[in-house]
Amino acid sequence: MTEKPAKKNLITPKKFFKKNKMQLTIFFISLILITWLTGAFTRFKAEDMVRALPKVGAWISKNILPVKQEKTILNGIEKTITVLDQKAIGKIPKILRELLETVLMSIMASTTAAFLSFIFALMGSRTTRLNSFMAVITRIISSISRNIPVAAWAIIFLFSFGQNSFSGFLALFFYSFGFQSRVFMETIDEASASSVEALRAAGASYPQVIAHAVLPSSAPQILSWILFMIETNIRSATLVGILTASGIGNIFDIYYKSRQYPTAFLVILSIAVIVILIEFISNSLRRVIL
Amino acid sequence: MIQTLIKNEPVIAEKKASYPKKKNNKIILEIKNLKKNYKDVCAVKNISLTVTQGEFISIIGPSGSGKTTLIRCVNRLIDATEGEIIFDHKNLLHLNNKELRQARAKIGMIFQHYNLVYRLSVIENVLHGRLGYKSSLRGLFGVYSDAEKEKAVEIIDMLGLNEMIYKRCDQLSGGQKQRVGIARALIQDPKIILCDEPISSLDPSSAKIIMDYLVRVQHDLGITIIVNLHQVDVAMKYADRILGIREGEIVFDGSPSELSKEKINEIYGTETGELILD
Ligand SMILES: Nc1ncnc2c1ncn2[C@@H]1O[C@H](COP(=O)(O)OP(=O)(O)O)[C@@H](O)[C@H]1O
Ligand SMILES: [Mg+2]
Repeated sequence: MTEKPAKKNLITPKKFFKKNKMQLTIFFISLILITWLTGAFTRFKAEDMVRALPKVGAWISKNILPVKQEKTILNGIEKTITVLDQKAIGKIPKILRELLETVLMSIMASTTAAFLSFIFALMGSRTTRLNSFMAVITRIISSISRNIPVAAWAIIFLFSFGQNSFSGFLALFFYSFGFQSRVFMETIDEASASSVEALRAAGASYPQVIAHAVLPSSAPQILSWILFMIETNIRSATLVGILTASGIGNIFDIYYKSRQYPTAFLVILSIAVIVILIEFISNSLRRVIL
Repeated sequence: MIQTLIKNEPVIAEKKASYPKKKNNKIILEIKNLKKNYKDVCAVKNISLTVTQGEFISIIGPSGSGKTTLIRCVNRLIDATEGEIIFDHKNLLHLNNKELRQARAKIGMIFQHYNLVYRLSVIENVLHGRLGYKSSLRGLFGVYSDAEKEKAVEIIDMLGLNEMIYKRCDQLSGGQKQRVGIARALIQDPKIILCDEPISSLDPSSAKIIMDYLVRVQHDLGITIIVNLHQVDVAMKYADRILGIREGEIVFDGSPSELSKEKINEIYGTETGELILD
C-alpha cells in the first residue's frame, strides 16, 4: 500500500516548480511579443508617446485650464498675472444642471433595467428557470443586448428616435439590462442554489421559493451590482450624450466644438468629481449591505 | 448540550437491546423498479425497496454508487426515468404540482451542506419548513400563525438552539447549522426524513450529536429516517436496517448484525472494505 503512491508520483517537487516557472516565463515573453506586434501593425511607438507627454502637458496648461493671463499695471509697473476665466466660471450652474440630469438618467436606466433583468435572470438561471427553452431564449436576448456596445445602442436609437435624451436613456437602459441580467443570473446560481433546493424539497411553491430563498440570499449582491451599473452608466453617459445630444455629453460637445476649451475642461472636471463621489457613496453603501 | 447527549445514551442502548423492534408493519414508502439514467450514465438500476413506519435505514456504498440519486428520486428533486414511488398510498411520479407540494410537505430533508438561507435568522429558516402547507400567497408574504411560531420555538429549544434563535445562520457553527436543518425538517411534521450525508461536513463530536438527535427523532416521534452515510461504523451503530448499494443496485439489505466483513467487501470492493474496517 505504501509503495503505490510513491510510484505514481512521477512529478517531483523540483520538476513541478520548474514547470511553473516555465509557464510564467512563456507568459511574459508572449505578452511582450504581442505588445510589439500590435504596435508594429498600428505604427504606434511607445517612445513617441513618452516624448509627446511634455507637449501635451504644455498645451493643457495653456489652453484648457479655466484661467487666463492678464496684463495689469501695478504701481506703475506692467505685470502679467493669472486670473480665473470668468466666462468659464459663469457656466458652472448650467454645467451642474446638466450633470444632475445625467446622473438621474443613469440611475433611472440602471434601476428600471434591474427589474427586467431580475425577471430574465430568474428565467435564465439554472436554479430558478421554468424550462430550458425559455432559459436559452432569455440568455440569447441578454447576451445580444450586453454585447452591443453602449455607443452602438446610442446610434441605433439616434436613428429611430432622433437626437434627444430619450434615445440616450434607451441606450443606457438596454446595455444595463443585458449586463445586469447576466450578473444577476450568476448571483442567483451562486447565492441561492442550495437553499432553493431545500425549500423545494419542503413543498414550497415557485413564488415562495423566490421570496424566501432567492431574494434574501442574493439581494445584497444584486444591489451591489446595481450600484456598479450606476457608476458605469455615469461614465458612459458622456459618450452617449455626445451622440444623442443630451445631458452632460451634449454641453461638452458644444463648448468643445466652439473652442471654449476652459469651459469644456470644467465639464470634464465635473464628470470626474461626480464619478469619484458616486463611487465613494456606493462603496460606503456596499459596506453596509454586504 | 452535554445534557442532551447524556439523555440520548440510554435511547441508543435501549434501541440496540430491543432490536429487531417491529411495533407495526405499516408500509410508508414503497419503491418499485426505480431507474434513473443521466444521459449516458445509469445511476440507479432497477431498485425496489419497502420501508415500514418508524424504521431507521442507513444507505451505504462507495461514492458514485447512486445513494444521492436514489434518495433525491424519493421526493422528486430528481425525476426518475422509470419505476414507481408510492408514499402514503400515492404514486409520487403521477402527481400534479399541488399534490406534489402536499406530498413533499410530509417528507423532510436534511443536506450535507445544510442548505439554509444564511442571511436569515434561525427561526426564519425553521419556519420555511411550513411553506409546503401554505397557499402560495400566504406563504409568499411569510404569514405564519402564532401556533406555528410557538412550535418553531419549541423545536429550536429541543435542539438546544434557544440562545441562537434570532441569530443569522451564517454566524453558527457547522453542527448548529445542521441542527437548524433538523428543526426545519421537524416543523414539517413529516412522516419520513431523508438525509443525504448529514454528517460528512462535521467534526466527529458534532457528527455524534447530529446522529443522536436523528435517533431521538425516530424513537420519540416515530418518524422514519433514511440516511445516506459513507461511514460504515456510524451506520452499524445507529441504523436498524442497512442497505448496501453498489453501481446503482442494492447488494445488501439487512440488520447491522448481518453485515459481515465479507458483505462490506462486496459493497465496497475488496481493498476499500479492508480500509474501512481497520
Ligand atoms: N447531474 C448529474 N449528471 C450526470 N451524472 C450524474 C449527475 N449526478 C450524478 N451523476 C452520476 O450518477 C452516479 C451516481 O451518483 P450519486 O447518486 O451522486 O452517487 P453517490 O451519492 O453514491 O456518491 C455517478 O456516476 C455520478 O457521476
Ligand atoms: Mg452523494
